[in-house]
Amino acid sequence: MSDLTFTPTPGTRSFGQLVWAHATMESRLLLRNGEQLVLALVIPLLLLIGGAESGGVVDLGAGRRIDVLTPGVLALAVLSTSFTSLAIATGFERRYGVLKRLGASPLPRSGLLLGKVVSLLVVEVGQLVVISAAGLTLGWQPRGGPSAVLYAVLLVVLGTLAFAALGLLMAGSLRAEATLAGANLVYVVLLVAGAVVIPLSTYPEPLQRVVAVLPSGALAEGLREVFAGDGLGALRLLVLVAWGVVAAALTVRTFRWE
Amino acid sequence: MGTPRLLDVAATVVEVDDLVMTYGDKTAVDGLSLTVEAGSITAILGPNGAGKTTTMETCEGYRAPHSGQVRVLGLDPVRQHRALAPRLGVMLQSGGAWSGARAGEMLRYVASLHAHPLPVDALVERLGLGSCGRTSYRRLSGGQQQRLGLAMAIIGRPEIVFLDEPTAGLDPQSRRVTWQLVEQLATDGVSVVLTTHYMEEAERLANRIYVVDHGQVLTSGSPAELTSAGARNTISFNAKAGLETSELVLALPEECRVREDPAGTYRIDGEVTPHTLATVTAWCAALDVMPEQLAVERRTLEDVFLELTGRELRA
Repeated sequence: MSDLTFTPTPGTRSFGQLVWAHATMESRLLLRNGEQLVLALVIPLLLLIGGAESGGVVDLGAGRRIDVLTPGVLALAVLSTSFTSLAIATGFERRYGVLKRLGASPLPRSGLLLGKVVSLLVVEVGQLVVISAAGLTLGWQPRGGPSAVLYAVLLVVLGTLAFAALGLLMAGSLRAEATLAGANLVYVVLLVAGAVVIPLSTYPEPLQRVVAVLPSGALAEGLREVFAGDGLGALRLLVLVAWGVVAAALTVRTFRWE
Repeated sequence: MGTPRLLDVAATVVEVDDLVMTYGDKTAVDGLSLTVEAGSITAILGPNGAGKTTTMETCEGYRAPHSGQVRVLGLDPVRQHRALAPRLGVMLQSGGAWSGARAGEMLRYVASLHAHPLPVDALVERLGLGSCGRTSYRRLSGGQQQRLGLAMAIIGRPEIVFLDEPTAGLDPQSRRVTWQLVEQLATDGVSVVLTTHYMEEAERLANRIYVVDHGQVLTSGSPAELTSAGARNTISFNAKAGLETSELVLALPEECRVREDPAGTYRIDGEVTPHTLATVTAWCAALDVMPEQLAVERRTLEDVFLELTGRELRA
């Protein structure tokens, strides 16, 4: 028998420490999960290398293929982490009572959500560094200078918030299995038809209007424009903010913690 | 010192007053009241669907009472959740951990949410989880998951813990480890509220037991009070068959029943007091009969429970 004593000495940490503790835990769990890693890095890298070397099997519109491809793959990486991975992980957290248990812990719900977002951003920084390095190795020539990087960061953060709100909307109302299927389906549909990797200009005229207001279209197209040196379009920001606000409002109303 | 009045003024850490909880048209808790004194172990005993978990979860702040009032450490569990949460330890009936998280990692995470957590390694050792520190939650046995859940509840050095069926599905050895831990929690000044299906668990651990069914408290008291109150205990002995018992029946209080079944075995059912016993032995002495294997059988908590609910606990 140990000499452990349980004399009550309750107390909690600062909000910042709680958020960081949660963010690091979630990042660790996400990176440990094989399927998530495939989604986060393997598929984007395969598309980047395959797309750059395949020489015109898929029409990527005007410009050097690698310059069109890399920003799109960056957008795909954001989509996979902030929407698909988040939705699936949160769905199973609900199923296994993790969210419920944490509801009785000193971590407030705002801290839980913030921790999730910080975790997403931490993972995304890793993804974006690896994919950018791969792109540069393959000959990617980003234009626009330092301001392009700044714009890209803004687009990625807003895209992350919009996708995360949509992912939580799905995870908070559907069963875990339905979320698993749905989140993967949305990923594939957006990859093929959401102007993620394939530029908006190659879509038929009437479809372009629709795809342009999808969060995937806004994020990927925005990144392509930024790294082509065309600056940041207000429409892209507006679309991402609108999706974020609407999805967040719906999530707050519909999210079930148990 | 030591007078009953001292108990009356002991700090109350949980106060549930006329709680009503409904889900749709189903009433889960129906006017339930209970109190928990600081540093005591309180067991809520009842069959499945009696309203035990709903009552616990209302105390934990998961839902607001539909009517009635709940106070934990003097706070409203829903409105003052932020202030209460660090002082509370919660063990859910199942789950509560990421399936991919390792046992040690999960505990370190929960510890990192608290200011003065218990030493993780010592707690892991104490609960016999030493061998599974690197095992992911989904690969732990049911008993190991239960013990990890208990560890998560106490690692923040809470003032009060709510344990929802802490020993369900445990083997006898793990159950003993859990019991010893719960007893030490109370000794060290932690108030413990637990639900259970197991009579012997409530009887062994609890200072106070609330028997609930259909969302109401059927009875409450210390284990000794519950098993002795209202009687229905039995005195039995063996003697020569066919003794004339009418004298004994007259001498005993009216509600006592005397029967010989089988021949040579005599049973007196009713309120068994020292006086009842003296009456029986005096009657034997008058007849010059030696009561062999004289025994006073106190009813068990299980008997009390069956009388009150009319059904099997584990059904």
